[in-house]
Amino acid sequence: MDIPYTVMPRRDTGLYNAKLGIWLFLASEVMLFGALFSSYILLRVGSYPGVWPHGLLNVPVGTVNTLVLICSSVTVVLGWAALKANQFAKYRKIQAITLACAGMFCCIKSYEYYDKFTHYEVILKDGRVIDGHLVEKVGGGQLVDGRRQPPEAIVIHGVEFPADAKAAGMAKVPLIHNLEKASGHHLEHKEFRIPWSDTKKVQNYGPWHNTYLAIYFTMTGLHALHVIGGALVIGWIWGPGAAMWKSDPERYTNRVEVSGLFWHFVDLVWIFLFPILYLL
Amino acid sequence: MSDNKAHHGHGDHSKTYWLVFFALIIGTIVTVGAYFIHFDTIFLTIALALAIASVKASLVAGWFMHLASEQRMIYTILGFTAFFFLGMMLLTIWAMQDTPKPIFP
Amino acid sequence: MSQSTKTAHAPAHGAHHSGGDHHDPGFWRTYVFSTDHKVIGIQYGVSSLIFLFMGFLLMLAMRWQIAWPNQPIPVVGPLLEAVLGQPASGGVLGADLYNSFGAMHGTIMVFLGVVPLGFAAFGNYLVPLQIGAPDMTFPRINMASFWSFLVGGLIMMVSFFIPGGAAQGGWTSYSPLATSIPTDGQTYWIIGMVFLITSSLLGSVNFIATVIQLRAPGMGWMRMPFFTWAQFVTAFILLLAFPPLEAAAVLQLMDKVAGTSFYLPTGLITGGKLADISGGGSPLLWQHLFWFLAHPEVYVLILPAMGIVGEVIANNSRKPIFGYRSLVYSVLAVGFISFIVWAHHMYLTGMGTKISTFFQTTTMIISVPSVIILTCLFLSLWGGSIRFNSAMLFSLAFLPMFGIGGLTGLPLGFNFSDIHLHDSYYVIAHFHYVVAPGSIFALFAGVYYWYPKATGRKMNELLGKIHFAGSFVFMNLIFFPMFAQGIAGMSRRMSDGGASYMVSDATADVVGRLAKSVIDANVGISVAAFLLGVSQIPFIINFFMSMFRGEKVTSDNPWDATTLEWQTPTPPPHGNFTESIKVYRGPYEYSVPGAARDFLPQNQPSRA
Ligand code: HEM
Ligand SMILES: [Cu+2]
Repeated sequence: MDIPYTVMPRRDTGLYNAKLGIWLFLASEVMLFGALFSSYILLRVGSYPGVWPHGLLNVPVGTVNTLVLICSSVTVVLGWAALKANQFAKYRKIQAITLACAGMFCCIKSYEYYDKFTHYEVILKDGRVIDGHLVEKVGGGQLVDGRRQPPEAIVIHGVEFPADAKAAGMAKVPLIHNLEKASGHHLEHKEFRIPWSDTKKVQNYGPWHNTYLAIYFTMTGLHALHVIGGALVIGWIWGPGAAMWKSDPERYTNRVEVSGLFWHFVDLVWIFLFPILYLL
Repeated sequence: MSDNKAHHGHGDHSKTYWLVFFALIIGTIVTVGAYFIHFDTIFLTIALALAIASVKASLVAGWFMHLASEQRMIYTILGFTAFFFLGMMLLTIWAMQDTPKPIFP
Repeated sequence: MSQSTKTAHAPAHGAHHSGGDHHDPGFWRTYVFSTDHKVIGIQYGVSSLIFLFMGFLLMLAMRWQIAWPNQPIPVVGPLLEAVLGQPASGGVLGADLYNSFGAMHGTIMVFLGVVPLGFAAFGNYLVPLQIGAPDMTFPRINMASFWSFLVGGLIMMVSFFIPGGAAQGGWTSYSPLATSIPTDGQTYWIIGMVFLITSSLLGSVNFIATVIQLRAPGMGWMRMPFFTWAQFVTAFILLLAFPPLEAAAVLQLMDKVAGTSFYLPTGLITGGKLADISGGGSPLLWQHLFWFLAHPEVYVLILPAMGIVGEVIANNSRKPIFGYRSLVYSVLAVGFISFIVWAHHMYLTGMGTKISTFFQTTTMIISVPSVIILTCLFLSLWGGSIRFNSAMLFSLAFLPMFGIGGLTGLPLGFNFSDIHLHDSYYVIAHFHYVVAPGSIFALFAGVYYWYPKATGRKMNELLGKIHFAGSFVFMNLIFFPMFAQGIAGMSRRMSDGGASYMVSDATADVVGRLAKSVIDANVGISVAAFLLGVSQIPFIINFFMSMFRGEKVTSDNPWDATTLEWQTPTPPPHGNFTESIKVYRGPYEYSVPGAARDFLPQNQPSRA
């Protein structure tokens, strides 16, 4: 038994099956990310004035990642065009760049995640707040009664806010020059060694830290899963799946087109994610 | 290779793809540049960033994804999707706006 | 089920559709990891019937607790205690366990029972047959859909046995309640839901692509059977309404396992303490995203049922269905509008009057096409020569039952009357009239009607009629009194059925006296629920016995039907049609004047 229209388009719709299938799938993806974007807007508009953080992310790094994704998008479509023109070798080369871009995107993203997970906010018992990157945790860590002991001290490279800063909403606006503008004095970057017993709350900038980071990690994480999934499929078609080019070139080209459509969609989502998370 | 009417003449399309590519790069640079300029009102920044993002998205959808010359069936499906997406977003926002503010500040 | 001997394989074609070859697929490939839409349909059907039964058993345990609060459940109680331990201590269904069972009753019935049966099982089996297609467009994705469904279902089942038991936050899983309960049940629920959503996504892409791409020559849009139309619209609803719930579920999962606060507001107090969370979230966000799915979901529960009823009625009244075009346009309208009515579930969340009015208006508008559908189905009976077989009886009963369910929904759609009725047993009665005597009856009708196609044997009529009579009587005895209970002010989700709110002093005041009689009704309802269970025994016997003992059909078209699924061998072989099929006429050409027989199959070229 053969399913009709797996390769050739049906006359009245002008589509082959997989193309319709991927567009239906993308329609559902629009609703998935649409719901997340709506949530973002809602949470942001609904937040109390002045608490939505700005400038937590590294814009140049994000820009580079945007460019990487744009590059991969153009190579995907050029690779498909090469196949259409019967130039298999050229397609192989171009699509390799796509895969490299995908890898690079993931690397950069991991670096950004790592940076956030090592970024700490330490609230001291006297109300002061120290905000910066973890240098080291001194001692601790041994298991006692099955529970891990806290370190003796924690070393942070960052800045210190006076006790009333948090109340004034300053610590919630971590962009340093904003802070300096707000507080009127220069904040010095240096290393702090804080005994654990002085701390009231030690928390890194993971998704639990605030709603902005929560939505940042969730949306970019979901997007990264799409990148990985897309790269795996494209990579499979490019590598082991390429045998089909010999047996059924049209079907193979269709596969490349369909996987490419998915890839463009992933790029498209990022086009919106980048400004709303990094810039606004 | 036999061809179908959905994709016509490919060789010259590469040029379009490169043009779109450069437009996307420029769009990105303009967005980031605007971010560093710091307008007086945040609304201007938001409006500009979203406007550029929409243009970029349309470029990707229209030419990389060939939506500019797609079949009617796809347009129909995406039309409904867009409608429901906007419905979800705008009605939810409206519902939130049309709600008395919480008592606790 | 006898296996067809015909290998419908066309080796001549160059491009083979899938990597695996099917020459002699062997037992596992034929019955378990099958890509054949009919096998997948039957797999879905059997598993969802089992889930339906489990959901019902949960409810029986709950009904015991409602009618006889804090008394050990006879027979089953000790068993529950042995398996679940403390929550069922003494054989009593404790409050926590009641909450679990309630949440899982809803979840199982909706997501593992009625939707998979109505959409995935009947749809998979019939849609390709009705449009003259060899299979679904993406057979392997179809298989993945079933297995994803099964994994999701198993995760839900496993969650009963983890420490703390299954989810307790209701099938609606409102945050912060759902995430503040300190057990892991909710986490399992969310992960299970993600699998179920994936399953229905894969299924719906397949359905839509199949209907669009694989209609046989001549099968124009307006020649598609009403059932297929209903499935087509349902598939669109699933495709576009489920992803927001998936997004919502991901956010809730983050709240549960990563300590985020998407749905948790600042200043939230749980267990008497200020919660240690970052705050800033919005509980209403969950409700919006949830109901964005869950309202369209009720049409997923009802549209396939309407499709089945349409087919059965047309066939057994031996006349064309009334207003085929109105039916089609109404189904389309219902599907479309169902996306913009969701906040009628949220009138009591403090929404403003403007937005309330908007949703109230759309809710009233959507009732118009629903009424058109029901009216057309009723009018189809006019002047027909009706055959009262089991399938037809269930379909006929569907009409008033759905009518009651639908009309009692109107007071819930008006925000002023909803203030009184919200979250009461009136709501329970209303939507159960739609989904239990409504959808479930239609699904039974479908089973009786298409059973001969799948097995080559008819089900026993006498047992079928006993099944019908019992189900019809007891369904109404269960749900009708709930309207009265709800109007009198009895809230849903009370583990003692409201006994602790009862005023027993007969002289106290009018409200108190009413409450006593209202509470007493619980006993009658629970007895009826038990008897409803007993009434299913003939069905179960019938279902299995008829496979071996049922009357064999003498033709491929035992009901003298017009649609294409009856023009195949019985049961249809892999690839469905033995010769290429072409469609010449609409789906319901019954009793056409001048025709030789009282029905004209869609693929019959001339009237002779
Ligand atoms: C046919 C026998 C059925 C009976 C006797 C029954 C009975 C009930 C009762 C009494 C409740 C209220 C429990 C409470 O509020 O504490 C309930 C809740 C519910 N039922 Fe059913 N039901 C049946 C079938 C179904 C079916 C077929 C569906 C769906 C398709 C369904 C879906 C639900 C849902 C969603 C809830 C709400 C659960 C919650 O509060 O979270 N039920 N059922
Ligand atoms: Cu609703």
